[in-house]
Amino acid sequence: MKWGVVRFPGSLDDADALWALNQVMGQEARALWHKDEDLADVQCVVLPGGFSYGDYLRCGAIARFAPIMKSVVRFAGDGGLVLGICNGFQILCEAHLLPGALMRNRSLAFICERVSLRVENAATPFTCAARQGEVLRLPIKHGEGLYVAPAEELRAMEERGQVLLRYTDATGQERDDANPNGSTRAIAGVANEAFNVFGLMPHPEHAVEPALGGEDGLKIFRSIITSVERTSAAASTAASS
Amino acid sequence: MLVKVFVTPRKGILDPQGRAVEQSLKTLGFAGVAAVRVGRYIVLELDAPNAERARETVRQMCAQLLTNPNIEDYTFEIEPIEGGPR
Repeated sequence: MKWGVVRFPGSLDDADALWALNQVMGQEARALWHKDEDLADVQCVVLPGGFSYGDYLRCGAIARFAPIMKSVVRFAGDGGLVLGICNGFQILCEAHLLPGALMRNRSLAFICERVSLRVENAATPFTCAARQGEVLRLPIKHGEGLYVAPAEELRAMEERGQVLLRYTDATGQERDDANPNGSTRAIAGVANEAFNVFGLMPHPEHAVEPALGGEDGLKIFRSIITSVERTSAAASTAASS
Repeated sequence: MLVKVFVTPRKGILDPQGRAVEQSLKTLGFAGVAAVRVGRYIVLELDAPNAERARETVRQMCAQLLTNPNIEDYTFEIEPIEGGPR
């Protein structure tokens, strides 16, 4: 399938995302320049990690106004799949494509480590290749990953199953010392109400080969591929009947 | 006009920086310190016909870019620029 990875000034992980998709997974992924507005025929847009626009003002606050974000908002509104990783997650929150916001880690320190994450909802386009409750190992590297949202909103999100990933220990148990950044309810990744936009602080693109210390990131990308294949299979069945 | 915008973490939202500063102040022996919040101070010059229009413009700036209403509150002050209007 066709992927577009947006490159903002200050993006860091765009090259790794392209490597994961093209070299490791044999996908057709290309970089999309932040000043362009054309998403061409991509089936999934990836907003990569990094420090877009130097993280000035607030992480993601400036990137939200990049020309390409108009197209990303439209694409998401039409049901297109959007994956925001780390800084990409922050941008999606600032652009109001996802609820909540990401604040400074409770330790005030930049954290770079491998964490355990429990899959809270495996019935989404971003998690369907994982099992419900499965524990994934992915790296995080961020200074601002503490997820917050208004209490009322959080309750509604939990009820709708919009929390897709939660920080846990290696056995899948929630523990305060397994919550690396102090996120509310140990939330590591959330989807929008329509489940076509997903943001997460951990980096699936950094966990796609044994040499990188793990391959659990593949499950996120495989989920997206599976869901796009299912959708196009359903569309062609509908067209031929 | 000279515009001074004060952005603070919204009340009730965890402010790890404020907490760390509060702890440090107490460690230094400053008694009676509470509810420390660390925010941002933005100052800008704005060409506006009157204070009311300037206030409206600043509110829009805060809603669209200067603050994240999910996690931040703000107040602002507007005053004439010293040396006369621009």
